[in-house]
Amino acid sequence: MPELSQEPLPDQAGQPEPGSSLWRDAWRRLRKNRLAVFGLFALLTLAVLCTIGPLFSRYSYAEQNLRLGASPPSQAHWLGTDELGRDLLARLLYGGRISLLVGICATAVALTIGVAYGAVAGFLGGKTDAVMMRIVDIIYALPFTIFVILLMVFFGRKIVLLFIAIGAVEWLTMARIVRGQVMALKRQEFVEAAHALGLRKRRIILRHMIPNILGPVVVYATLTIPGVMLLEAFLSFLGLGVQPPMSSWGSLIKDGAAAMEEYPWMLIFPGLTLALTLFSLNFLGDGLRDALDVRASKD
Amino acid sequence: MLRFITRRFFETIPVLWIIATATFFMVRLAPGGPFDQEKNVAPEILKNLQAHYGLNQPLWKQYLDYMGHLVHGDLGPSFKYANRTVNELISEAFPVSLELGFWALLVALALGLAAGLLAAIKPNSATDYVPMSLAMIGICLPTFVMGPLLILIFAIALGWFNPLGWDFARDRVLPALTLGGYYAAYVARLSRGGMLEMLNQDFIRTAKAKGASLARVVFKHALKGGILPVISFLGPAVAGLITGSFVVETIFEIPGLGRFFVTAAFNRDYTMVLGTVLFYATLIILLNLLVDIILVWLNPRMRFE
Repeated sequence: MPELSQEPLPDQAGQPEPGSSLWRDAWRRLRKNRLAVFGLFALLTLAVLCTIGPLFSRYSYAEQNLRLGASPPSQAHWLGTDELGRDLLARLLYGGRISLLVGICATAVALTIGVAYGAVAGFLGGKTDAVMMRIVDIIYALPFTIFVILLMVFFGRKIVLLFIAIGAVEWLTMARIVRGQVMALKRQEFVEAAHALGLRKRRIILRHMIPNILGPVVVYATLTIPGVMLLEAFLSFLGLGVQPPMSSWGSLIKDGAAAMEEYPWMLIFPGLTLALTLFSLNFLGDGLRDALDVRASKD
Repeated sequence: MLRFITRRFFETIPVLWIIATATFFMVRLAPGGPFDQEKNVAPEILKNLQAHYGLNQPLWKQYLDYMGHLVHGDLGPSFKYANRTVNELISEAFPVSLELGFWALLVALALGLAAGLLAAIKPNSATDYVPMSLAMIGICLPTFVMGPLLILIFAIALGWFNPLGWDFARDRVLPALTLGGYYAAYVARLSRGGMLEMLNQDFIRTAKAKGASLARVVFKHALKGGILPVISFLGPAVAGLITGSFVVETIFEIPGLGRFFVTAAFNRDYTMVLGTVLFYATLIILLNLLVDIILVWLNPRMRFE
């Protein structure tokens, strides 16, 4: 690939800058995947709308208009209003902030626990690894969602607790993936070669191990976010997520489901938004997996 | 094989003990109590109530008592349903959930395998794209969106089914579709992947070359290996079906154990919460063991590990 060899290598010492060709190739492959690009575009649009949208909205998420009550979509209220006359668009965008925030923060918690646990198990190997992974197997088999429900019921419905509870459930698969990668990498020829060339451990880890683990981790994180958002919506649907007058997509769907017979738009718009987000995240995750799969990068 | 089963079986005992202990202390140390919501309870009555259920004793003694009963399979009296034991309540409510789960699993396997096989036989054709796009939609529509939407379309607009309830045979249709739909979509994707991998194997080409019919190739040769991913997915799927049943039973007002569990947690019905958690945990662990046994049986390569 002549056009790549002209690129200067970003080789600042100590900087965990991943090798240029892997990410450049990945981006090139990702751009070819139309569904993944659509997913990325939809997600960016949604994120921007949710972040700055409420600043421009004429209505706040909690502002009631009891005289108006529930009204179908109109020029004043693009997505209609709920029974208390609150603007659905404003509530949807505000709820999007919460839902996306939960998705990202809880995934970060899961990522931290999972990567640390998996890396330790993979590096140490032997008996420690066997015991650590057996624990993961056992926890895997437990009804952990039930514990999240209990946590949320018994210890108040604080949003920080939501992050931690969900993150604590979702780290298991991440730990398995990272451990597998670390185990496989330890024995790879290029790592041995780096050892043989006398590179320091720190440099081997930063320059050779991390870029190779990063791919699967990024992919799996993208696929964890929809799972996390789903769990948040599930909890909100049971009345255990964010509390009124705050909204999240799950709580809007809950309200919508209760009123769907008379005011179907209250169910349809939040439901579609959540579905679109999950759809985009799944496609982006699939696309990233194809793009970052190092074994497939030869073709 | 027998050693594997016995070892796994004995492993469940400490696991269940840890679950019981963790849940017990989590529930007890949380703020609030089972009699908080009852209005105007005189302090004497409250004291009597607490004495009746042993709540006035030190926590460690309550724990030992509970564990003592638990060893005999006694889950204790419910705090909310007067004069009822948790065992009674579970044995009444669980069959309903079991039936729902059975239908949902049937929907998941029947629809999912059919779609997956259809897609795998002719990849990258219309019979691949249509079922797989439907499956993607199924994965992105969570139960609590799917359920209300199905009610809106099939019960309210078309009037084919009752929107709520669990009284007639046709009341099973919408809840089973809601709960099973997501898993059907997942099974479709997994079986497509598994079958595609199998159908590209040399022994399949040999079978085809020797003149085996398409049906014979698919069902006799490829299916056994192709559904392995589906079988390993069944373990987590059952756990998911159980948590999904909380939502579906709430949406359709089905008197099953899932709805009981959610109300029990809200009501601080300590023994009911503990009993349900332990019951579900045992169920999930045993079903996972069953799935592992089926996997080993289907995949001879795993027998020697």
